[in-house]
Amino acid sequence: MTVFSGPDSLPDLERAPLLLRDWIVDLFPSALQWFVHHLLSITAILTVFGLFFAFTTIAERKLLARLQNRLGPNRSGLPWFPSLRLWGLTQPFADGIKAFTKEDIVPAVADKALHFLAPVIVVAFSLLGFAVLPFGRHLLPVELDAAILYFFAAGSATELAIFMAGWGSRNKYSLLAAMRALAQLISYELPLILSVVPVVMVTGTLSTSAIVLDQGFWTFGVLPHWHVFTPWGFAGFLIFLVAALAESNRSPFDLPEAESEIIAGHLTEYSGFKYALFFMGEYFGLTALSGLGVTLFLGGWQAPCAFLGFIPSWFWFMGKLAGMIVFFIWIRGTLLRLRIDQLTRLAWKFMVPLALLNLGNAAFWVLTAGWTGPLALARWAISIAIILVPFFLLGRRLSAGFAPRTYRYAP
Amino acid sequence: MLGSGILKGLGVTAKNFVGSYHDPARMVTQQYPEEPAKLPQAYRNFPFLVTENATDPMGTLRCVACQICEKECPPQCIYIEKSKDKKPDANGKPQLYPAVFDIDTAVCMSCQICVEVCPFDAIKMDHVFEVAATNRFEGLLLDHAQLAKPNSYFHEIRSAEATEVDTTSPPNARPPRKRPGRRPPPKPPRQNPLRRPPRHDRFLRPRLLA
Repeated sequence: MTVFSGPDSLPDLERAPLLLRDWIVDLFPSALQWFVHHLLSITAILTVFGLFFAFTTIAERKLLARLQNRLGPNRSGLPWFPSLRLWGLTQPFADGIKAFTKEDIVPAVADKALHFLAPVIVVAFSLLGFAVLPFGRHLLPVELDAAILYFFAAGSATELAIFMAGWGSRNKYSLLAAMRALAQLISYELPLILSVVPVVMVTGTLSTSAIVLDQGFWTFGVLPHWHVFTPWGFAGFLIFLVAALAESNRSPFDLPEAESEIIAGHLTEYSGFKYALFFMGEYFGLTALSGLGVTLFLGGWQAPCAFLGFIPSWFWFMGKLAGMIVFFIWIRGTLLRLRIDQLTRLAWKFMVPLALLNLGNAAFWVLTAGWTGPLALARWAISIAIILVPFFLLGRRLSAGFAPRTYRYAP
Repeated sequence: MLGSGILKGLGVTAKNFVGSYHDPARMVTQQYPEEPAKLPQAYRNFPFLVTENATDPMGTLRCVACQICEKECPPQCIYIEKSKDKKPDANGKPQLYPAVFDIDTAVCMSCQICVEVCPFDAIKMDHVFEVAATNRFEGLLLDHAQLAKPNSYFHEIRSAEATEVDTTSPPNARPPRKRPGRRPPPKPPRQNPLRRPPRHDRFLRPRLLA
């Protein structure tokens, strides 16, 4: 986290994490302080997002259950206190102990090194993305000028790990599934990055903290100037959401682990904690992408209304992050899995053209920044039309012959 | 419009989410060990013997030891020995009764054929599914003292069938039901020998390559 600048006017809660860190750092000799400083940042991320991951799993199971009129896991309580159930909130810890104690089976013909390294690399690279997310006004682990570039460079490396898992398992299901997964991840990498570029164009910076600061204004003190509330930002946010779903292998794009088609995909030959590590990596990836979405489109740590600014900024960030995760779970509880051809068609024929148009839309927005009065209305109308008209035309053209679907019995 | 179906679907699941908190009728699962499982009336597991009187189960068995179920049982899990003497049944008519009536539930396949062939409605399928025994031979072999359950219990678990039995057939007083499947087979419909065989037949015949 950046060096504490230390104005005493900061609210106490805003300062609390920094004060705690400085207090711990001061316990060490001055030669070691830089090391402890960075170690503490890493520990904080691992602890907070490790716990976040644990409770995301239980929240996901509970929410999915509620979306299907079930109760979800509600049994696990505390050991030695069987009557205390705590609404099943200790379930992730029970799951963790179970994954730890399971036998770790490695196929005899597997490439041992690749098979072992793949889950490690998945977790490591999906954690790297957290380094450049501004969690609060003063909570940015690493201040980078090219933060977004770094984020996507680190995030793309997980694709390598998926292929390592598929290749190293020496199993045809794993290999085929890994190649399918690669096709999916590469297809959606393009719309994902293209949906982020407009933000970079408009704000003129690749630094995440500067992008958040750029959204910190309000009209009349209640309407936030988040990027999602502009035509290009809204379209970009939707494209980003869909691409993020696909990048993190979430339903409806969970083909890589479609157990009904290809067993468990590249995870077929994994068991025990290595399997759990893949899941962890996937959730870390999802959380990091959601965090980036919050940073780029939803105003990062900025409060939605100016008068709510007294609530600490990291609270707003985590709240928005949780909101994104809940939305992803909601999507998972609603939509069906796509076929591989539908998946790639959606990416290349629909999302990439729209994302490219949105790029032009952002350019128009930047060029017309000086339009005021009635011209401002025209600016909004033109910008909305640039994205909405192609959306309708492309949608109608692509769904011709596919929808609405009619059912006929075979003769 | 493209995407409207997705929005509709999200609406459906959102309704489920909200409804699951205030509308118990929506819930599809039961909290099983605490709440007894709600079984459909037609659920069946193992047979039991119906008795008229709960206070004297052995004396008022509907079973007259005709041994039809024993003969029809596909896995042969029923063993019956007829009595030497006769006892009056519910209508006062002297009848044989089973001296021994054993069902080996380890062998029973819950097919319900014994229930269907019984002319006296004396054997019915039970709802008990929490079965456990400490011995897999004697523990699962039930004798007629264990099998006998009163008619009131039958009403409890499947009221529709029990009421039908009570109203349409006084126990032990009606003639044996006609067994289905004993009718003469229906005549085959007349066919014009010159007609071409039906379509599916043609595909079964070997065809010469043109």
